[in-house]
Amino acid sequence: MTTLMNRGFLSIVIVVALLACVPFLTASNSVLNFLVTGLLLTLAGQGWNVLGGYGGQYSFGHAAFFGTGAYATAILQVRYGFNAWPAFAIGIAAGAAVGAIIGAMTFRSGLRGSYFALVTLAFAEVLRIVASVAPFTGAGTGTLIKLNVGAQAMQFQSRAAFYWMILALVAIALVVTRLIEQSRFGAWLVAVRENQDAARALGVDVTRVKLGAMTVSAALAAAAGCFYAQYFLFIDSGIAYGTWISVEALLAPIIGGIGTVFGPLLGAMMIKVLGEAAKHLIGDAPGLDLVLYGMVLILIVAFAPRGIAGIVAQVQGWLTPKKGKPHG
Amino acid sequence: MHLTILIPAILNGLLTGAVYALIALGLTLVYGVLHIINFAHGAMLTAALFAAFFMHKLLGLDPYIAVFILSPAFFALGYALQRFVIGPAAHGSDSNILLVTLGLSVVIENAMLHFFRADTRTIDVPYGFSVVPVAGAYLSVPRLVGFGVAVLVAVLLWALLTRSDTGKAIRAVAKEKLGAELSGIDVSHIYAVTFGLGAACVAIAACLLIPTYYVNPHVGTGFVLVAFTIVVLGGMGSIPGALIGGLFVGVVESLCGLYLGESLGQIGIFLMFILVLLFRPSGLMGERA
Repeated sequence: MTTLMNRGFLSIVIVVALLACVPFLTASNSVLNFLVTGLLLTLAGQGWNVLGGYGGQYSFGHAAFFGTGAYATAILQVRYGFNAWPAFAIGIAAGAAVGAIIGAMTFRSGLRGSYFALVTLAFAEVLRIVASVAPFTGAGTGTLIKLNVGAQAMQFQSRAAFYWMILALVAIALVVTRLIEQSRFGAWLVAVRENQDAARALGVDVTRVKLGAMTVSAALAAAAGCFYAQYFLFIDSGIAYGTWISVEALLAPIIGGIGTVFGPLLGAMMIKVLGEAAKHLIGDAPGLDLVLYGMVLILIVAFAPRGIAGIVAQVQGWLTPKKGKPHG
Repeated sequence: MHLTILIPAILNGLLTGAVYALIALGLTLVYGVLHIINFAHGAMLTAALFAAFFMHKLLGLDPYIAVFILSPAFFALGYALQRFVIGPAAHGSDSNILLVTLGLSVVIENAMLHFFRADTRTIDVPYGFSVVPVAGAYLSVPRLVGFGVAVLVAVLLWALLTRSDTGKAIRAVAKEKLGAELSGIDVSHIYAVTFGLGAACVAIAACLLIPTYYVNPHVGTGFVLVAFTIVVLGGMGSIPGALIGGLFVGVVESLCGLYLGESLGQIGIFLMFILVLLFRPSGLMGERA
């Protein structure tokens, strides 16, 4: 058991350590910017993965948590003069709270499957509409965080510092996911995904397990939102609560491998590579990247339902000589 | 509030509500049979609105004539989408259908954004602003036509489901898929027919809307969230529920707009939606088609 634990965490340490070396190899702003947005998506995708991948609850509205984190971080600084660091922490807590509230309402009334997807989508949409008209959020013009470079304001001179910061957040997300995977809670969560009624019959408190997963999931997505606000220093309702983040957050784990620790990281990088390739081939046109992502989503569901991780496992299966019956 | 303001508001709400109901009808039909929410419904509505727009702009076809081309065309499109894309891609899993319809909606909506840009467009028809006096209120003629046609389509759909063999097959599949399959019904064909009917509803709604409304790549999203509300309110899969729910939501929106202002009218609908989902998820008159 302990060796298994170690092996699980060792892979995280190796991957994060390798990624941490990148700024020493290149000073290119565009490379770092690419990786920062990729890791940002990894974080949001890991959030979706905890609830959708391990718990089987497909949310179509993770923008609700991402946007809440982003707006909380921005508004606390702009309107209430908060320092960026506590604002960031409060942003994560606010996103988690929204997740817990939506979760408490929906899971208690037994909504799942289609209904759950619909409710999450509706909540994100309600928040988007409110944010687009409320003066509190800057309404249509959005909220701009004042430029104030310095570590105390969490606005770093170098891209590398931002890169290490998002990498640290991703590392935490990876560890949290691995901890969940290896805990009793994780086993309950997977049981709920596989068969909710059977899990309940075996004494799993289904509502509480789903609620816990939703809160963690929302907190991770909110952290991505907080970072977005801090990195780009501008948000509006279409960015913070827009469909794009709900779609990309679910796309990352689905492409990479749903219900796996490294799936979202793999998938997010794939999405970013695809987006960049499309830009180079066809030019920067509005909507085109999302057309591509939508097609990829359909193709992955149709031909590789377990994502890249599934393809890798399959290829490994072909390469290794068969010993007895294959399991799983 | 004085009756001379209240009555027109209610009547106008009913007119809007009927077209809402038509959009909801397509959604509820697909849910009732496939037990899945079609997240591409809004994108299909936007596509239909653009189709009606360009038929008028390029071919000079009146939307009320274009409907006879667009509704069969969208039936075929919906049929093909379910038969050749959604069905095969989903491998029989509900959550996969959800993801595939979400993917479709993202593709359709953003393709339109790419080709037509975010501009809002309208068409000019001679009857666009004509009104008739009804019960002391002046009602827009195209919207009255919309009301009449929407109710007619609902009745026809109801007749189709209860009287025809295809309708009986659809209801059989909705109730008991395996049993229907065992008695010789081609389930994937019926699924595709249902999807086609849902798409045809959307095409008709688009032709009814375009004379008085506008089109842009995001217009469908707003409508479909209203349609979701109606479907949940009326009971997922219930056709009379969709009709009554649509009219009710239309009136609520109109009254909320009157008392609270335009932008909050929509919020009223969503709050109602969330409350219904939480406290009465089977709808006010929940039953299966």
